[in-house]
Amino acid sequence: MTVTNVHKDPDQLTMAITVELDATVERAWQLWADPRQLERWWGPPGYPATFVDHDLTVGSRITYFMTSPEGDKYYGWWEVLAVDGPRRLEVKDGFGDDTGQPNDDLPTGTMVVTLDERDGRTEMVITSHFPSLQTMEQVLEMGQEEGMVQAIGQIEGILADTPST
Amino acid sequence: MVIYNHMVVGLLDEERADRVFRALADATRRDIVVRTLEGEHSVSALARNYPMSFAAVQKHVAVLEEAGLVTKERKGREQLVRGNVDTVRRAAQLLDALEAVWRARAERMSEILAEPNGGTT
Repeated sequence: MTVTNVHKDPDQLTMAITVELDATVERAWQLWADPRQLERWWGPPGYPATFVDHDLTVGSRITYFMTSPEGDKYYGWWEVLAVDGPRRLEVKDGFGDDTGQPNDDLPTGTMVVTLDERDGRTEMVITSHFPSLQTMEQVLEMGQEEGMVQAIGQIEGILADTPST
Repeated sequence: MVIYNHMVVGLLDEERADRVFRALADATRRDIVVRTLEGEHSVSALARNYPMSFAAVQKHVAVLEEAGLVTKERKGREQLVRGNVDTVRRAAQLLDALEAVWRARAERMSEILAEPNGGTT
Protein backbone atom coordinates (compact mmCIF):
# COMPACT_ATOMS: atom_id res chain seq x y z
CA MET A 1 0.00 0.00 0.00
CA THR A 2 1.27 3.44 -0.89
CA VAL A 3 -0.81 5.12 1.81
CA THR A 4 0.17 3.64 5.15
CA ASN A 5 -1.77 5.84 7.54
CA VAL A 6 -4.56 8.40 7.53
CA HIS A 7 -5.50 10.44 10.53
CA LYS A 8 -8.59 12.56 10.31
CA ASP A 9 -9.82 14.93 12.96
CA PRO A 10 -13.22 16.35 12.03
CA ASP A 11 -13.30 18.66 15.04
CA GLN A 12 -9.96 20.22 14.16
CA LEU A 13 -10.68 20.00 10.42
CA THR A 14 -7.30 18.39 9.94
CA MET A 15 -6.13 15.39 7.98
CA ALA A 16 -2.69 13.82 7.99
CA ILE A 17 -1.94 11.22 5.36
CA THR A 18 1.24 9.13 5.39
CA VAL A 19 2.55 7.94 2.06
CA GLU A 20 5.39 5.46 1.65
CA LEU A 21 7.36 5.90 -1.53
CA ASP A 22 9.97 3.66 -3.07
CA ALA A 23 12.55 6.38 -3.55
CA THR A 24 15.14 8.38 -1.68
CA VAL A 25 14.09 11.53 0.14
CA GLU A 26 15.93 13.60 -2.47
CA ARG A 27 14.10 11.92 -5.32
CA ALA A 28 10.70 12.14 -3.61
CA TRP A 29 11.27 15.84 -2.93
CA GLN A 30 11.46 16.37 -6.68
CA LEU A 31 7.77 15.44 -6.88
CA TRP A 32 7.18 18.82 -5.21
CA ALA A 33 10.22 20.76 -6.33
CA ASP A 34 9.99 20.05 -10.05
CA PRO A 35 6.81 21.69 -11.40
CA ARG A 36 6.68 19.34 -14.38
CA GLN A 37 6.52 16.36 -12.02
CA LEU A 38 4.09 18.12 -9.70
CA GLU A 39 1.76 18.70 -12.65
CA ARG A 40 1.66 15.00 -13.31
CA TRP A 41 0.17 14.06 -9.97
CA TRP A 42 -1.58 17.13 -8.54
CA GLY A 43 -4.68 17.18 -10.70
CA PRO A 44 -7.10 14.31 -11.01
CA PRO A 45 -7.37 12.46 -14.34
CA GLY A 46 -9.16 14.72 -16.78
CA TYR A 47 -8.19 17.86 -14.82
CA PRO A 48 -4.53 18.42 -15.64
CA ALA A 49 -2.69 20.94 -13.49
CA THR A 50 -0.46 23.64 -14.91
CA PHE A 51 1.93 25.49 -12.61
CA VAL A 52 2.36 28.98 -13.98
CA ASP A 53 5.13 29.95 -11.59
CA HIS A 54 6.86 27.77 -9.08
CA ASP A 55 9.54 29.09 -6.78
CA LEU A 56 9.97 27.19 -3.55
CA THR A 57 11.39 30.02 -1.45
CA VAL A 58 9.81 31.52 1.64
CA GLY A 59 7.31 34.23 0.79
CA SER A 60 6.95 33.28 -2.83
CA ARG A 61 3.54 32.86 -4.41
CA ILE A 62 2.97 29.81 -6.58
CA THR A 63 0.12 29.92 -9.08
CA TYR A 64 -1.46 26.97 -10.76
CA PHE A 65 -4.64 26.14 -12.60
CA MET A 66 -6.50 23.00 -13.40
CA THR A 67 -8.29 22.63 -16.70
CA SER A 68 -11.61 20.81 -16.74
CA PRO A 69 -12.64 18.53 -19.62
CA GLU A 70 -14.87 21.43 -20.74
CA GLY A 71 -11.86 23.71 -20.88
CA ASP A 72 -12.70 25.75 -17.77
CA LYS A 73 -9.73 26.88 -15.73
CA TYR A 74 -9.71 26.79 -11.95
CA TYR A 75 -6.94 28.78 -10.37
CA GLY A 76 -5.25 28.08 -7.07
CA TRP A 77 -2.20 29.41 -5.33
CA TRP A 78 0.25 28.51 -2.61
CA GLU A 79 2.23 30.90 -0.50
CA VAL A 80 5.41 29.33 0.75
CA LEU A 81 5.55 29.71 4.55
CA ALA A 82 8.58 27.53 5.21
CA VAL A 83 10.86 25.38 3.11
CA ASP A 84 13.68 23.06 4.11
CA GLY A 85 14.39 20.85 1.11
CA PRO A 86 14.31 17.92 0.87
CA ARG A 87 12.65 17.46 4.25
CA ARG A 88 9.87 19.96 4.75
CA LEU A 89 7.52 22.30 2.95
CA GLU A 90 4.79 24.42 4.45
CA VAL A 91 2.37 26.41 2.35
CA LYS A 92 -0.77 28.43 2.71
CA ASP A 93 -3.18 27.51 -0.06
CA GLY A 94 -6.07 29.39 -1.53
CA PHE A 95 -8.01 30.15 -4.66
CA GLY A 96 -7.68 32.59 -7.46
CA ASP A 97 -10.17 34.42 -9.61
CA ASP A 98 -10.64 33.65 -13.31
CA THR A 99 -7.44 35.47 -14.20
CA GLY A 100 -5.36 33.70 -11.57
CA GLN A 101 -5.17 36.62 -9.15
CA PRO A 102 -5.52 35.47 -5.54
CA ASN A 103 -9.05 35.90 -4.30
CA ASP A 104 -8.64 37.23 -0.80
CA ASP A 105 -12.36 36.93 -0.08
CA LEU A 106 -11.95 33.19 0.03
CA PRO A 107 -10.45 31.73 3.17
CA THR A 108 -7.22 29.77 2.97
CA GLY A 109 -5.95 26.51 4.39
CA THR A 110 -2.49 25.27 5.18
CA MET A 111 -0.57 22.24 4.05
CA VAL A 112 2.58 20.85 5.64
CA VAL A 113 4.65 18.22 3.87
CA THR A 114 7.44 16.32 5.61
CA LEU A 115 9.76 13.70 4.14
CA ASP A 116 11.75 11.22 6.19
CA GLU A 117 13.94 8.29 5.28
CA ARG A 118 12.69 4.93 6.43
CA ASP A 119 14.67 1.81 5.48
CA GLY A 120 15.87 3.34 2.23
CA ARG A 121 12.38 4.48 1.34
CA THR A 122 10.65 7.77 1.93
CA GLU A 123 7.84 8.39 4.34
CA MET A 124 5.95 11.48 3.25
CA VAL A 125 3.36 12.99 5.57
CA ILE A 126 0.96 15.58 4.21
CA THR A 127 -1.05 17.45 6.82
CA SER A 128 -3.92 19.63 5.62
CA HIS A 129 -5.69 22.01 7.91
CA PHE A 130 -8.75 24.12 7.19
CA PRO A 131 -10.01 27.09 9.17
CA SER A 132 -13.67 26.30 8.42
CA LEU A 133 -15.99 23.76 6.87
CA GLN A 134 -16.67 26.26 4.13
CA THR A 135 -13.00 26.36 3.17
CA MET A 136 -12.87 22.65 3.10
CA GLU A 137 -15.84 22.50 0.80
CA GLN A 138 -14.21 24.95 -1.55
CA VAL A 139 -10.95 23.06 -1.56
CA LEU A 140 -12.75 19.85 -2.28
CA GLU A 141 -15.03 21.21 -4.94
CA MET A 142 -12.53 20.27 -7.62
CA GLY A 143 -11.30 17.09 -6.03
CA GLN A 144 -14.60 15.79 -4.81
CA GLU A 145 -15.63 14.19 -8.04
CA GLU A 146 -12.39 12.30 -8.11
CA GLY A 147 -12.84 11.42 -4.46
CA MET A 148 -16.11 9.74 -5.14
CA VAL A 149 -14.93 7.97 -8.25
CA GLN A 150 -11.75 6.90 -6.56
CA ALA A 151 -13.64 5.60 -3.54
CA ILE A 152 -15.81 3.48 -5.76
CA GLY A 153 -12.79 2.33 -7.75
CA GLN A 154 -11.08 1.24 -4.57
CA ILE A 155 -14.06 -0.77 -3.42
CA GLU A 156 -14.27 -2.43 -6.79
CA GLY A 157 -10.55 -3.14 -6.73
CA ILE A 158 -10.77 -4.72 -3.32
CA LEU A 159 -13.73 -6.82 -4.34
CA ALA A 160 -11.96 -8.00 -7.48
CA ASP A 161 -8.80 -8.55 -5.41
CA THR A 162 -6.58 -7.48 -8.26
CA PRO A 163 -3.95 -4.76 -8.25
CA SER A 164 -5.27 -1.60 -9.82
CA THR A 165 -2.27 -1.07 -12.09
CA MET B 1 -14.68 2.69 3.66
CA VAL B 2 -13.62 5.95 2.16
CA ILE B 3 -16.86 7.88 1.98
CA TYR B 4 -17.59 7.40 5.64
CA ASN B 5 -15.29 7.83 8.55
CA HIS B 6 -15.37 4.79 10.77
CA MET B 7 -14.37 6.65 13.88
CA VAL B 8 -17.16 9.16 13.57
CA VAL B 9 -20.17 7.36 12.19
CA GLY B 10 -19.23 3.76 12.86
CA LEU B 11 -19.07 0.97 10.35
CA LEU B 12 -21.71 0.95 7.72
CA ASP B 13 -23.28 -2.41 7.32
CA GLU B 14 -22.59 -3.99 3.99
CA GLU B 15 -26.04 -3.48 2.55
CA ARG B 16 -26.06 0.18 3.49
CA ALA B 17 -22.57 0.72 2.07
CA ASP B 18 -23.73 -0.94 -1.10
CA ARG B 19 -26.65 1.45 -1.41
CA VAL B 20 -24.47 4.47 -0.68
CA PHE B 21 -21.88 3.55 -3.28
CA ARG B 22 -24.46 2.68 -5.88
CA ALA B 23 -26.20 5.98 -5.22
CA LEU B 24 -22.95 7.90 -5.63
CA ALA B 25 -21.85 6.04 -8.75
CA ASP B 26 -23.95 8.41 -10.87
CA ALA B 27 -22.76 11.93 -11.75
CA THR B 28 -26.25 13.48 -11.56
CA ARG B 29 -26.85 11.99 -8.14
CA ARG B 30 -23.47 13.19 -6.88
CA ASP B 31 -24.37 16.65 -8.12
CA ILE B 32 -27.74 16.50 -6.34
CA VAL B 33 -25.99 15.54 -3.10
CA VAL B 34 -23.56 18.45 -3.41
CA ARG B 35 -26.34 20.93 -4.18
CA THR B 36 -28.64 19.78 -1.41
CA LEU B 37 -25.83 19.81 1.13
CA GLU B 38 -25.51 23.50 0.47
CA GLY B 39 -29.21 24.14 1.01
CA GLU B 40 -32.72 22.88 0.51
CA HIS B 41 -33.91 22.51 -3.08
CA SER B 42 -37.28 21.50 -4.44
CA VAL B 43 -37.29 18.56 -6.83
CA SER B 44 -38.54 20.85 -9.58
CA ALA B 45 -35.72 23.34 -8.93
CA LEU B 46 -33.20 20.50 -9.08
CA ALA B 47 -34.76 19.19 -12.27
CA ARG B 48 -34.04 22.47 -14.04
CA ASN B 49 -30.30 21.75 -13.72
CA TYR B 50 -30.29 18.57 -15.74
CA PRO B 51 -31.22 17.68 -19.30
CA MET B 52 -33.75 15.10 -18.20
CA SER B 53 -37.36 14.84 -17.18
CA PHE B 54 -38.76 15.78 -13.79
CA ALA B 55 -39.66 12.13 -13.29
CA ALA B 56 -36.08 11.03 -13.96
CA VAL B 57 -34.73 13.50 -11.40
CA GLN B 58 -37.37 12.38 -8.95
CA LYS B 59 -36.13 8.83 -9.41
CA HIS B 60 -32.53 9.90 -8.70
CA VAL B 61 -33.71 11.65 -5.54
CA ALA B 62 -35.50 8.48 -4.46
CA VAL B 63 -32.29 6.45 -4.86
CA LEU B 64 -30.42 9.00 -2.74
CA GLU B 65 -33.16 9.00 -0.15
CA GLU B 66 -33.04 5.23 0.09
CA ALA B 67 -29.28 5.44 0.66
CA GLY B 68 -29.87 7.95 3.44
CA LEU B 69 -27.93 10.65 1.62
CA VAL B 70 -30.83 13.07 1.38
CA THR B 71 -34.14 13.63 3.13
CA LYS B 72 -37.36 14.69 1.44
CA GLU B 73 -40.10 16.79 2.94
CA ARG B 74 -43.42 17.72 1.44
CA LYS B 75 -44.34 21.38 1.67
CA GLY B 76 -47.57 22.17 -0.08
CA ARG B 77 -47.13 21.07 -3.67
CA GLU B 78 -43.35 21.12 -3.40
CA GLN B 79 -41.05 18.33 -2.33
CA LEU B 80 -38.01 19.78 -0.62
CA VAL B 81 -34.76 17.83 -0.71
CA ARG B 82 -31.99 18.34 1.78
CA GLY B 83 -28.60 16.72 2.15
CA ASN B 84 -28.76 14.54 5.23
CA VAL B 85 -25.72 15.24 7.35
CA ASP B 86 -25.04 17.08 10.55
CA THR B 87 -21.97 19.24 10.82
CA VAL B 88 -19.57 16.70 12.22
CA ARG B 89 -20.62 14.05 9.79
CA ARG B 90 -20.30 16.55 7.01
CA ALA B 91 -16.78 17.35 8.10
CA ALA B 92 -16.06 13.65 8.24
CA GLN B 93 -17.37 13.19 4.73
CA LEU B 94 -15.32 16.07 3.47
CA LEU B 95 -12.25 14.64 5.13
CA ASP B 96 -13.04 11.34 3.47
CA ALA B 97 -13.28 13.02 0.11
CA LEU B 98 -9.96 14.71 0.85
CA GLU B 99 -8.48 11.35 1.80
CA ALA B 100 -9.58 9.91 -1.52
CA VAL B 101 -8.03 12.85 -3.36
CA TRP B 102 -4.70 12.29 -1.61
CA ARG B 103 -4.81 8.52 -2.00
CA ALA B 104 -5.15 9.08 -5.72
CA ARG B 105 -2.29 11.58 -5.69
CA ALA B 106 -0.08 9.18 -3.72
CA GLU B 107 -0.84 6.52 -6.31
CA ARG B 108 0.22 8.86 -9.10
CA MET B 109 3.40 9.81 -7.21
CA SER B 110 4.31 6.13 -6.92
CA GLU B 111 3.69 5.60 -10.60
CA ILE B 112 5.98 8.47 -11.52
CA LEU B 113 8.74 7.12 -9.27
CA ALA B 114 8.34 3.63 -10.74
CA GLU B 115 9.03 4.78 -14.30
CA PRO B 116 12.18 3.34 -15.91
CA ASN B 117 14.02 6.67 -15.76
CA GLY B 118 12.71 7.30 -12.26
CA GLY B 119 10.31 9.87 -13.63
CA THR B 120 12.99 12.50 -13.98
CA THR B 121 12.41 15.09 -16.63
